[in-house]
Amino acid sequence: MFKWLEKNLPKIVMAPAVGLIGWFVYGFVLWTLYISFTNSKILPKYELWGFGQYEKLWASRKWLIAVDNLLIFTALFLIFCVVIGIILAIFLDQKIRAEGLLRTIYLYPMALSFIVTGTAWKWILNPTLGIQKMFRDWGFENFTFDWLVDREMAIYTIVIAGVWQSAGFVMALFLAGLRSVEDEIVKAAKIDGASLFTVYWKILLPMMRPVFFTSFVILVHISIKSYDLIVALTQGGPGISTTMPALYMTQTAFHKSQVGLSAASAMMMFMAVAAVIIPYLYSELRRENAR
Amino acid sequence: MQDNLKSSSYQQLEQKSKYTNMFLRWFLYFILIVFASYFIFPLYVMVVTSLKTMEEIRQGTLLSWPSGLNLESWAVAWGGRGYGAGDTFLRPYFWNSIKMVVPAVFFSTFIGAMTGYVLTKWRFKGDQWVFLFLLFGCFIPFQAILLPMARTLGVLGISNSVVGLVLVHTVYGIPFTTLFFRNYYVSVPTELVKAARIDGAGFFKIFFKILLPISAPIIVVTVIWQFTQIWNDFLFGSTFSFGEAAPIQVALNNMVLSSTSVKEYNVDMASAIIAGIPTLIVYVLAGKYFIRGLTSGAVKG
Repeated sequence: MFKWLEKNLPKIVMAPAVGLIGWFVYGFVLWTLYISFTNSKILPKYELWGFGQYEKLWASRKWLIAVDNLLIFTALFLIFCVVIGIILAIFLDQKIRAEGLLRTIYLYPMALSFIVTGTAWKWILNPTLGIQKMFRDWGFENFTFDWLVDREMAIYTIVIAGVWQSAGFVMALFLAGLRSVEDEIVKAAKIDGASLFTVYWKILLPMMRPVFFTSFVILVHISIKSYDLIVALTQGGPGISTTMPALYMTQTAFHKSQVGLSAASAMMMFMAVAAVIIPYLYSELRRENAR
Repeated sequence: MQDNLKSSSYQQLEQKSKYTNMFLRWFLYFILIVFASYFIFPLYVMVVTSLKTMEEIRQGTLLSWPSGLNLESWAVAWGGRGYGAGDTFLRPYFWNSIKMVVPAVFFSTFIGAMTGYVLTKWRFKGDQWVFLFLLFGCFIPFQAILLPMARTLGVLGISNSVVGLVLVHTVYGIPFTTLFFRNYYVSVPTELVKAARIDGAGFFKIFFKILLPISAPIIVVTVIWQFTQIWNDFLFGSTFSFGEAAPIQVALNNMVLSSTSVKEYNVDMASAIIAGIPTLIVYVLAGKYFIRGLTSGAVKG
């Protein structure tokens, strides 16, 4: 008995983690999957109902708006975060004075919650007392910046705040990537007459492919999950114009009590994340095994 | 010899482009400072707004300097106005968050350390699959577990309580903490452990005598990561708690959204700063570890 215990101690120590994750992650996801195939309203029902909830979901105008917003947000969020992140990383990599301070400034938003960020930007972007008033007081009488209350434009305010929060993160990733490149490579290229621009464009950035890939995965992941920022900044409004899938899911589940429908929307999100993550994990593991 | 030649011609090259370089450097600093202003701007606006009176806010602009060190909105944000119903302020929720963060960080870090230790130093058949199994937990969109979690907390009788949130954050922190410790312990030479085993040291003795003493950096990284994640969480807090058990981010959001009286932006900003200050302090004091968490292991977050 004691021998057995000693031999299996590592596995016993592993058991809580594996058990908890098995139950609370895999078990729960399966439960949600099952419920998405039932006609559950306030309480879960367990008779299968087929794909009805998914049909309902994709016929819902609100869900289509949410998906649309997600695509717009993801595209812009990705482009701006990556472009700003790369510019900052490359510039910081030029033996800059006060690099530490600048880095701290670029990255501090990552330490804040999306609720804090959203609260701050909501105040800055509000038309009556925020940026719009500031410019008008400065003499630009016709300056208008009311995206926050404009159905068509409100989604872009979420992009502004989101990029503000996450661009520094991309910078940190690329800076770490650039720093890991041997100095000799850059020197050799310069001796061969390559300009600094060419060095980055032709040599260093192509070497950063794994960093691009990582940033892509993380940013898409953040954007599919984005919830807090929207709650704090627009609550999905004006109207339902800035609804996103995560907000749709919680509203459907907890305000409208459409459990089956919200489970279906959650599974759509799950599949979207899986589509990005599984190839990523696969390639990461392969890289690790190759080492 | 050849290396010498190369480096001297390199120096000449540097000399030649000195003037173009100078212009470039000014440009560089200019752009860097423009971006720094963009990142600083909201923090600056938050701080000055929190120090203004509402009258000043209406009259001045976002950037205008406050007339004095007016801390009243801070007092209101933290301790309320002193009248009963509808007077929401952050103090009790701040303590809720502390009571939630401390045990959740402790448990998730401890479990992660143990799991990471087994996965690297007591390897067994299929351990890679177990790691993958745990790792995937980093990525699931939490929407896919909200409904059953809400029911489970209800069944356990800990819905709408700090205890419930501790459980939730501990469980969903495990994939991250495991990842951190596993990636750290992988680089610790296994020979050390093997030698200790030959000397008759057991499972726990090896952990506490050999691994734990060298684990300080990764513990700091993990604790900071978990602290920031849990302190900043809103989804779990808002779904599984309301009213008195709510953590600070939920309370902040409720305060800002409450439309019972005239909007007091100065109080809103003071509240936002209060909710953000613990993680900001950690970031400023231990930025190095914070960034390491973000870029190394948490790259996968």
